[in-house]
Amino acid sequence: MSQNKPIKSDNEVLVKVEGLSKKFCKDLKTSLWYGIKDLISGVRGSNEVSELRSKEFWAVKDINFELRRGECLGLIGHNGAGKSTLLKILNGLINPDIGKVTIKGRVGALIELGAGFNPILSGRENIYNNGAILGFTRKEIDGKLDEIISFAELEEFIDMPVQHYSSGMKVRLGFAVAAQMEPDVLIIDEVLAVGDLGFILKCFKTIDTILPRTAVIFVSHNMPMISRICSTVILMESGKPVFIGENVSKGIDLYYNTFLTGEDSDVVFTDNSLNFINASVDGVISENNIYNVKWGESIELNLNLKNISLTKKPFISLVIYDKEQRAVAEIYPESQELIDIQKNTDINFSFNIKNIYLSKGVYNITLNASEKPSFNFYYKIHKAITLRVEHDKQMWTSFLLDSEAINS
Amino acid sequence: MALETRIYQKKRTIKFGALLKASLSDMYHSRFLARQLAERDIKAQYRQSYLGIVWAFIMPLATAIVWIVLNSSGTIALSDTGIPYPVYAFSGTLIWSIVVAAINSPLQSTNAARGILTKINFPKEALLVSGVYKLLFDSFIKIILLVLFVFIYGVGFHWSILLFPLAILGAVLFGTTLGLFVTPLGLLYKDIGKIITFGLQFLMYVTPVVYAIPKTGIMHTLMLYNPITPIVLTARDLVVGFSPEHINYFFGVILVCLPLLFLGLIIYRISIPIIVERLSA
Repeated sequence: MSQNKPIKSDNEVLVKVEGLSKKFCKDLKTSLWYGIKDLISGVRGSNEVSELRSKEFWAVKDINFELRRGECLGLIGHNGAGKSTLLKILNGLINPDIGKVTIKGRVGALIELGAGFNPILSGRENIYNNGAILGFTRKEIDGKLDEIISFAELEEFIDMPVQHYSSGMKVRLGFAVAAQMEPDVLIIDEVLAVGDLGFILKCFKTIDTILPRTAVIFVSHNMPMISRICSTVILMESGKPVFIGENVSKGIDLYYNTFLTGEDSDVVFTDNSLNFINASVDGVISENNIYNVKWGESIELNLNLKNISLTKKPFISLVIYDKEQRAVAEIYPESQELIDIQKNTDINFSFNIKNIYLSKGVYNITLNASEKPSFNFYYKIHKAITLRVEHDKQMWTSFLLDSEAINS
Repeated sequence: MALETRIYQKKRTIKFGALLKASLSDMYHSRFLARQLAERDIKAQYRQSYLGIVWAFIMPLATAIVWIVLNSSGTIALSDTGIPYPVYAFSGTLIWSIVVAAINSPLQSTNAARGILTKINFPKEALLVSGVYKLLFDSFIKIILLVLFVFIYGVGFHWSILLFPLAILGAVLFGTTLGLFVTPLGLLYKDIGKIITFGLQFLMYVTPVVYAIPKTGIMHTLMLYNPITPIVLTARDLVVGFSPEHINYFFGVILVCLPLLFLGLIIYRISIPIIVERLSA
């Protein structure tokens, strides 16, 4: 990953995957027994057809793709969708049951950082251990030692046993060694999640510099990261590819949509003085409880609550969460009149929310009811209403502000 | 420069020649890794221990002492061995411990690397070689100790002792080959490792480790057929300067071991991906 290699412009196919399938077994004892059988048939080189045996399932089913130098493939999908299994096959750790993988060039894998570390030994000694496993020679490591130590920012602690390192320090050391690889194909699993922000940024800076001359396969649950570096995505669902394409935004959208089903509101706080009945957007018919809104549009939000024991109308405020569950905006409707109300009656609220410049995607709205703004909360409910903002551009940030060029 | 191309698919036909070549080539190219792993394990082992090196020979020494005491106190009567009994017993247990360590080595080395086997693609042969390095390191200490022992008991110097390390290499070769064959199964089932530990305890009694081969009877036959017998006897004969009586059988065992070792390497290479699949993620 150092920068002294010229960028190759020829776009040769480095990774070719054809009809790849892999089966796994759900039961340990059976799995071990199949292992024995596979060992025997493996050594005999038998021509057995790969069919599912009892208690087996397809962990990866019929994956096809090609990856050229300079391209980055994002693998997304739920936990257990088969992403890591696919990575293991690509990395040559396990053989496919059906299909074929052809990989050209050196393969680097960021699946486990700091492999081969021995906790008793010092950081310096472990650089050699880890480096040897990654395929470096002693000479290469000798030459890169200083660079590795300074990249890991561990000058002070390099002769301390690794068992006294924090987990972040271990990851830093591991990445610093791995960053010395100059792979043609780079496989990245979610190893970069540990470490502090500064280090994560450093990691991505390193990855950015090698991207143009490498074919990268990247597994992550972090969609902003996926849309930042990937040129193609594969969305996997129970082993099968449900979406393959260069339209990364569409793949990410589909991924988010898989989480939408069966979303119910969650009451997270109540003093039993109020109850949520429903919420709707004026003039919009919901699909699966999701209200579609056009980008930049103003909407009228109607809320119905049941008052149990309040004597004054509560103050309502709203918080908007994006699909990653980050709070992205707050709504404090102006001029709410906190008038006297009757117990055991329904109360209605209508708010005009102007120019919604949220970027394309799905947003959940949390409702707070309190005596006054930010004072004495009565009730809080997550996902009181879900909006889907429609726009033709996919952003990985939450806002797309209205803008245009000034042409004189 | 042409890029190296790798193809992963379900193997339909097995080409033994190509596999063996790949295995040996990987072994050669990963020599630094093998050394590094062995160095790592040896360093770590001794850095976290005060007695350190003592553990390498305390077990055979203890077994030998038990037998020496049993014999000298007259609790059991052993036939004459031709050399001072302590030398006989201690050389026997030391050589035996090297054979046992060699049998366990491939399985142990591979098992210890489970964590990285499922995550990183590296030449697995390096694990076997690192195991051999560790064996040789331990054996070297044992050999020095044994030689000291031999001199202390006044057996004296014989030129044949210079050949003793070769006999030990034979022991390592035999043990590693045997161990290599049980490794694939042993990685899948813990039973295998236990059976080996268990079985070797009994095997010691049909090997001339602490007593000589009886003149007649079932034990005579069993001990003569046991392939570890010529290894232990030849090694001991070389140390004490006897002419090695079982040298032919010794060479026979070594000659059979060589092709078997290659076969074991091929099986190991085919098995690892199949086993990794069955190990934890």
